[in-house]
Amino acid sequence: MASILAVDDSASMRQMVSFTLKGAGYDVIEAADGVEALNIARDKSVNLVITDVNMPNMDGISLIRELRNLPSYKFTPLLMLTTESSAEKKQQGKAAGATGWIVKPFNPDQLLGTVKKVLG
Amino acid sequence: MSIDMAQFHQVFFEESFEGLDIMESGLLDMDPGAVDSEQINAIFRAAHSIKGGAGTFGFADISGFTHTMETLLDEMRDGRREITTDAVDVLLKSVDVLRDMLTAAQDGGEVDQANVDTQSAELKRVLDSRPGQEAPAAVSDGESETVSEATSAPVIGWHVVFRPHAHLMRTGNDPLRLLKEFRDLGDTSVSCDIGGIPEFHEYEPEDACLSWDIHLHEAVDKYQVQEIFDWVEDDCDLAIMEIHDESAPAEATPAASEAPSPAPAPAAESKPDLKLADPPPERRAGVDRRKPSKPAANTSAGSIRVDVPKIDSLINMVGELVITQSMLSMLGEDFDMQDVPKLLEGLAQLERHTRELQESVMQVRMMPISFTFSRFPRLVRDLSSKLNKKIELKMIGESTEVDKTVIEKIGDPLVHLVRNSLDHGIELPEVRAAAGKPETGTVVLNAYHKGGNIVIEIKDDGKGLDGDFLFNKAVSKGLLKEDDVLTQQQKYELIFMAGFSTAEQISDVSGRGVGMDVVRKNINELGGSIEIESELGVGTSIVIRLPLTLAILDGQVVRVGDETYIVPLVSIIESIQVRPEMINLVGGKGEAFKLRDEYLPIVRMHEVFDVSAEHVEELTEGLLVIVEAEGRKCGLFVDDLLGQHQVVIKSLEENYGNVEGVSGATILGDGSVALILDITGVIRLSGARQDDFRLPRSA
Repeated sequence: MASILAVDDSASMRQMVSFTLKGAGYDVIEAADGVEALNIARDKSVNLVITDVNMPNMDGISLIRELRNLPSYKFTPLLMLTTESSAEKKQQGKAAGATGWIVKPFNPDQLLGTVKKVLG
Repeated sequence: MSIDMAQFHQVFFEESFEGLDIMESGLLDMDPGAVDSEQINAIFRAAHSIKGGAGTFGFADISGFTHTMETLLDEMRDGRREITTDAVDVLLKSVDVLRDMLTAAQDGGEVDQANVDTQSAELKRVLDSRPGQEAPAAVSDGESETVSEATSAPVIGWHVVFRPHAHLMRTGNDPLRLLKEFRDLGDTSVSCDIGGIPEFHEYEPEDACLSWDIHLHEAVDKYQVQEIFDWVEDDCDLAIMEIHDESAPAEATPAASEAPSPAPAPAAESKPDLKLADPPPERRAGVDRRKPSKPAANTSAGSIRVDVPKIDSLINMVGELVITQSMLSMLGEDFDMQDVPKLLEGLAQLERHTRELQESVMQVRMMPISFTFSRFPRLVRDLSSKLNKKIELKMIGESTEVDKTVIEKIGDPLVHLVRNSLDHGIELPEVRAAAGKPETGTVVLNAYHKGGNIVIEIKDDGKGLDGDFLFNKAVSKGLLKEDDVLTQQQKYELIFMAGFSTAEQISDVSGRGVGMDVVRKNINELGGSIEIESELGVGTSIVIRLPLTLAILDGQVVRVGDETYIVPLVSIIESIQVRPEMINLVGGKGEAFKLRDEYLPIVRMHEVFDVSAEHVEELTEGLLVIVEAEGRKCGLFVDDLLGQHQVVIKSLEENYGNVEGVSGATILGDGSVALILDITGVIRLSGARQDDFRLPRSA
């Protein structure tokens, strides 16, 4: 089954994302910030990364930029979780190489729908 | 798939409260004018997480409220808004309101809506004070109306021309996925244009060079089609055209490709609609939120966050234990007398591992005292401005770890003590200046470990305690007689007497002196003690000693007849054997003995607990354990001392019932049960009152 790296500094969001995806049979790895996520991603290639934007140490946008530069993540879907209603954050994310975004707040069904779409 | 969101609520509340603490301490440290960007970022992130979580877990009111705070913080973070004291104050108050809202949501209680509304208005006022142009955005975010495209024409489908830019696949997007999404909307026919494929020698395998013509034969709303391309609208040329009833592509509605700016706008606006149109999950979560209100005890039990290294060390320890166990059982299978040294070695290992395991488990319950200390900067800031005093708070040893229960229970007593220091201790700036002290007073909170205890000091450089003043006060209140003789130390301790107020005027800051006796009671309940040191004009220092944990206690095992009791080591001052000349019979009031300059009552334990078995009757043949509780000393008369042990406290209340004079029970190495004495209760039981023994000093 596809593996997903869920990155969020908020434990409750991470748990929710992880619980939902695991419930749907995905293999989920959690990380609390960009640095941790990047280390995991270098170590083990995952099929999808879902990351929050605002995080300590390394934010989601920098994480996406770093990941996209890794050869094994050239085509990997990288999604960001964003609450920003402004288009600005999305644009920054896109510029960094994000595939798309999931707008917070979302419910588990919306999350699964998006993930299923991306992972086919 | 339905997931019960309520299961994440506890974690959400915990991290939100932590986030609030971060916001609060960050805001307190914030120096208007000189902004540390990481600091404001941390505050922003906390607000942002609370908002996101609240939205996801169905607390729309909290999410809405936090949104305004977030907007304000975002502007500060980006340097679009100056950080003013006013704004910081409003944000601090908002943190309080938010805390109330979260608490109400957690306990299923009611939130003071008027308060919330007032604070929202305050936030809006600050937000509007300088046009940050965010205000309209905030409105549209909350209540965008159903933007239905004016597609009254009989549209029966959509014709989409989709021409990806070369880099599209390098964003992780896949044209095939987009095409599949069309199929989910309805009957679709697709034709591929391979005209974009370059000559072989120019061919870049990672480039997207195909483009597609898509016909969707389904009368869906336009936004549904736009949504498919939401993520790629800047990475492709896109035209979305209506297919009319005549099955002829009518005049193409120019969309994203020609006019990129209007297209994203409706797309962005339509998203909130989606959420509005999909309220059931939110409503479901709303119901869930009420559910936990009934088992309130459940929520208060709470959970604990433990650092991973602590867990790792636990697991390590358990591993060691398992190895030792298997070693011992192998030894036992085929035991020979010559294996005795091995056995002893194994047992020693077992003992060591058990002790280490015990320590590690204790570690799990340990939290840094900063959880308690963190509220003080705010308290001091607020109070000093209220009292017109200049006060600096210094905190030392915030990372000192204490048992979670201690953290929870020590908060209120500490607040009381700090308030007292601010209110009664530190003088007004003028008074300080006149006394040759710096205008700014200092209050130091210091926490450290000392010999199995945690010590918390609250020290101020204020006016100190005036022993004679306290004494006269006590006399005038009828708490003491005029001819009572007290040491300076005893005079200080008068402030712990019930009904003793030192403030000339009762202020709303430290109240009316009902507190200090309660403070001491609370600390005693935690198995701790409190001491005062003071020097007139120089300052006061209050020292609280608490056990590191409430689950294990260092105890002195004593024997009375055939019973064994545990006396908490913290209460014991010393143990002595009395000589006949020390014993003194105070007229009709019981036995006392003279220890150095003091007369202390003797409490015969066999009388207190009605031990009928044979026991020592003659005072000189047994031992006296001198104990102190709540400032009273007395000698417990016991047959023998059996040794000191760490004992695990088992609650009597849970397993049997409350027994006066006994705080709990424990199981000794030989399997027998021993009661742990509650010294305060024992003294009360014995009827020995120190007052009866204070007077014969002149004797």
